[in-house]
Amino acid sequence: MNPLKMIKLTINDRSVEVAEGTTILEAAAQAGINIPTLCHHPELRKEGSCRVCVVEVEGARSLVASCVHPVMEGMVVRTNTDRVRWTRKNIIELLVAAHDRDCLTCDRNNNCELQRLAQDYGVREVRFPAAVRHDPPDCSSESIIRDTNKCILCGRCIRVCKDIQGVSALGLAFRGSRTKVGPAFNRGLANVACTNCGQCVAVCPVGALKERSAIDDVWKALNDKAKHVVVQVAPAVRAALGEEFGMREGSLVTGKMVAALRRLGFDRVFDTQFAADVTIMEEGHELLHRLENGGPLPLITSCSPGWIKYCEHFYPQLLANVSSCKSPQQIFGALVKTYYAENQGLDPKSIFSVSVMPCTAKKFEAARPEMARDGVRDVDAVLTTRELARMIREAGLDLPSLPEEEFDLPMGMSTGAGAIFGVTGGVMEAALRTVVETVTGKELRHIEFEAVRGFNGVKEATVAVGDRILRAAVVHGLANAGELLGRFCRGEVSYDFIEIMACPGGCIAGGGQPRSCSKETLQMRANALYREDLGKKVRKSHENPAVQEVYQKFLGKPLSEKSHHLLHTSYEKRSDL
Amino acid sequence: MAFYRSHVLVCGGTGCTSSGCQKVQEALATSLKREGLDKEVAVVQTGCFGFCRLGPIVIVYPEGAFYTQVKPEDVPDIVTEHLIKGKLVERLLFKEEMHEKPVSLYGDIDFYKKQHRIALRNCGAINPEKIGEYFAVDGYQALAKVLHTMTPQEVIDTIKASGLRGRGGGGFLTGAKWEFAARAVGDKKYVVCNADEGDPGAFMDRSVLEGDPHTVLEAMAIAGYAIGASQGYIYVRAEYPIAVERLRTAIAQAREEGMLGENIFNKGFSFDIELRLGSGAFVCGEETALLASVEGKRGMPRPRPPFPAVKGLLGCPTIINNVETLANIPPIIFKGVEWFTSIGTERSKGTKVFALAGKINNTGLVEVPMGTTLREIIYDIGGGLPGGKTFKAAQTGGPSGGCIPVQYLDIPIDYDSLAEIGSMMGSGGLIVMDETSCMVDIAKFFLEFTQDESCGKCTPCREGTRQMLEILKRITGGQGKPGDIELLEDLAETIKAASLCGLGQTAPNPVLSTLRYFRDEYEAHINEKRCPAGVCQALLNYRIEPEKCKGCGLCAKECPVGAITGERKSPFVLDAGKCIKCGACVAKCPFKAISR
Repeated sequence: MNPLKMIKLTINDRSVEVAEGTTILEAAAQAGINIPTLCHHPELRKEGSCRVCVVEVEGARSLVASCVHPVMEGMVVRTNTDRVRWTRKNIIELLVAAHDRDCLTCDRNNNCELQRLAQDYGVREVRFPAAVRHDPPDCSSESIIRDTNKCILCGRCIRVCKDIQGVSALGLAFRGSRTKVGPAFNRGLANVACTNCGQCVAVCPVGALKERSAIDDVWKALNDKAKHVVVQVAPAVRAALGEEFGMREGSLVTGKMVAALRRLGFDRVFDTQFAADVTIMEEGHELLHRLENGGPLPLITSCSPGWIKYCEHFYPQLLANVSSCKSPQQIFGALVKTYYAENQGLDPKSIFSVSVMPCTAKKFEAARPEMARDGVRDVDAVLTTRELARMIREAGLDLPSLPEEEFDLPMGMSTGAGAIFGVTGGVMEAALRTVVETVTGKELRHIEFEAVRGFNGVKEATVAVGDRILRAAVVHGLANAGELLGRFCRGEVSYDFIEIMACPGGCIAGGGQPRSCSKETLQMRANALYREDLGKKVRKSHENPAVQEVYQKFLGKPLSEKSHHLLHTSYEKRSDL
Repeated sequence: MAFYRSHVLVCGGTGCTSSGCQKVQEALATSLKREGLDKEVAVVQTGCFGFCRLGPIVIVYPEGAFYTQVKPEDVPDIVTEHLIKGKLVERLLFKEEMHEKPVSLYGDIDFYKKQHRIALRNCGAINPEKIGEYFAVDGYQALAKVLHTMTPQEVIDTIKASGLRGRGGGGFLTGAKWEFAARAVGDKKYVVCNADEGDPGAFMDRSVLEGDPHTVLEAMAIAGYAIGASQGYIYVRAEYPIAVERLRTAIAQAREEGMLGENIFNKGFSFDIELRLGSGAFVCGEETALLASVEGKRGMPRPRPPFPAVKGLLGCPTIINNVETLANIPPIIFKGVEWFTSIGTERSKGTKVFALAGKINNTGLVEVPMGTTLREIIYDIGGGLPGGKTFKAAQTGGPSGGCIPVQYLDIPIDYDSLAEIGSMMGSGGLIVMDETSCMVDIAKFFLEFTQDESCGKCTPCREGTRQMLEILKRITGGQGKPGDIELLEDLAETIKAASLCGLGQTAPNPVLSTLRYFRDEYEAHINEKRCPAGVCQALLNYRIEPEKCKGCGLCAKECPVGAITGERKSPFVLDAGKCIKCGACVAKCPFKAISR
């Protein structure tokens, strides 16, 4: 395949010229012709299974699936003939017949790719008997609920789980019309090596996969006069929430989001970025400690709960390398129920701690048994970005027209370093800003570490930290992580510090974010976070006055006994099935 | 070398194994030993003779006496009468349906007389577990010829010139396939033998593997030489334990004799073969699904292009040939293109093996030249339909094929003529149907199979065949509605046009071909709620015709639910409300007084 070679073909009587190796679907898109798709997803391996994208190719015996069929010189393609439209409509009708059609009560109503196709193709009656399964939904997981009755077997979830995440928690079972997607041996998702990353939820075209909702719990707490309800919001949420309200991709809605949360009734609106700054203090010192005391190295970040669970399942031999720091969500939760409670003179049991996360795995993380003290959980409920959007709509608020408001103090105060936690490379960059200055005692002149930015699967950098060279790597997407760790375990590479984020692109592409499938959207969300960083007066975690105050008044110093007790944890080996 | 005055060949194919050939062979060995004949008479276990209905089969040479349905108790007779006294055991000889006298000799049997055995040439003739016997029938001579005297291109040219087409179903030109793979660029290339025979009722590949495994190994080595591959895989169903065992033995012997392995015939060519066992998924006969399965993945097809010849096993250029196709390769190389092209029709050369089944006297495997008519196969070789029933249709091509009605009994059968009349060659299943076969029911049977065996990947095949089956169930269940035929056709067109692989694209064929030739039967089911062949239970109404009933009471005694009552010697009455339509009364009535 030579991408420089150009191929000429005709699509709907128009002449089109595209690079060799282009699919008919892509060629048509370049010519401004839209072909419907369902199993196709631009970031996933091409499958050609739903057949909704069929087109006519002159000389071909049958119709061809345009999403997988490569263009050929002189090819004559027709995308809009009677035969094509009629066949597509029949296929959509067959899918609808096999689909649980309770659209009105479905999580994906008005946001469902099958519903949209049925609408576009005028499927107004289904001539076949309903061929719907009646399986109970899989509710075993803290994070994800699977409803096979709505599954249309497009296989996107399987591909993202296997190819992008390297996990393969989902696969096909059975044959023919009994075929279904599920974990091995018909187990629940909670009982297999699922990392809860939610990428399957993000790519599902219909309502077969969704997060376990915490909305009701949160409303209940908000309406409970006896509860002091505190909310923290992760950085990536503010870079995507606007999309749910029709705002431009990449809109940074920090102030409006704070205003919305306040109007929903939260007693305090805080920022996870504050805890991200604390994380940098702890993890940065942990790195320095390991560098000085012989390891174990590399130190691997622990912010991403999807990655943590992946490590427990597939690389338990590296658990000692993982930072003992809790994630920012959990650090925040622990501080709210201790430091903040003390400050405010509140009984920790009366505090209801909510987090808004771009992530489904955070729900599992918050529910881990080790994330509580004396029966008081660090975090009581985790909402995804999508759930928050729904609550805002439910409350009758129009996000775009809300005023901009500020986070509450002290735990709403954060730095630019905390903001970039939401994008791949951000934790590394934030840590480097603090570590280099801590070691050298001098102010960094240039605090942007470009080498660790961007969407390359694996990024490497060497950074001078005083008189030693720190070898750093940044990976995102668990398949990339698995590959890098494989190389490390085989002795092919060595590093001092690795940042791993479970989701491809980092938290901005988390499984709880508004569903989007394009790299462009991700880039715009990333840009939004870098804008947030630039706009901050303080851009280094150790310079956050609120963080300094926590250490002065409460924790003592990083890695102190109190820190260890509240902000650090450990993990366990799990089965790789 | 020991000399034996007589050879007793005992069929060791799957059919005869299940009818007890092992015990017969043991009895023969014991009996010969007791009589002190074990140095004079050799007992040889062979592959399948093809005449599976009459197993276990024993042939005694040099006479060529063809004994059928031999039981261990018959062995003393064969030993004392035939082998000691030199008299044929008449009661065990095969008796032709059409003739009075038993036919004594193998070569005189109609079933064999009209056959031309190329792929099956050694089945039943040699011991498949001894490479020496294969050597004795010119085995590995073709490989020697290729390695000593031909360039890879010459081999490809020869196969192209022979016009050999894939016997697994598609009928693609084998030589062209080899050429694509030879030209494709790749560090490694592979030869894969498709031995995942999945059509219901077809077992010619099994027969070749059981009866002549070395021919497949030899052909694969030739193919490897032609395309530049040094590794081959045979993907064989685990449900063929005898074939698997014989292949294992054959591969070990071939390696020992230097026919596989490094530097074969000292010509610098190396080739080895490994087995991969399939678990009996029909779709794994589709080449891309087969490759996925060989790689250890779920057997599901992927879109083509790229074709396996360009990007196949592990991403390398790969040819996939079916067993019967490969069995033709050594004879073509050894005997030459001219000999091969003299057999068959203009565009379909050589022979084809058919598995005869259904309403036919001689069920079994037959190999005939392309261009033989259905009439010859069914009547001359197959011995016609049992019980003097009338031929209604023949189903060829398995679940991908179609039904051929009586008006085409005389067309010469080849790839193209079958496709023209809406059926296909497929792998060679041939099921004969008579007037008691309901064509809607037949279509339903095949749809049940394909929708069950659909891999579930693409929508049209997975959902479409399921819905077609629902409609067929409705029609045969007496719930057919006007418009059902049109809906079937609608679905059939969608599935044919839009399915991902050959399984889906051909799945509607049994429905389309029966609709084409037997539409009136569908209409009778839907509009008159009547099954003309009297097969579809829901449409049957059992009734005792009083004018024919003699009041014997046999039917009432037979009825399992007490639906028939009456006084002896006067007409009995059947209570339709109680009747479960089992048909027991009809079978019992000596006066044909019960209608349905």
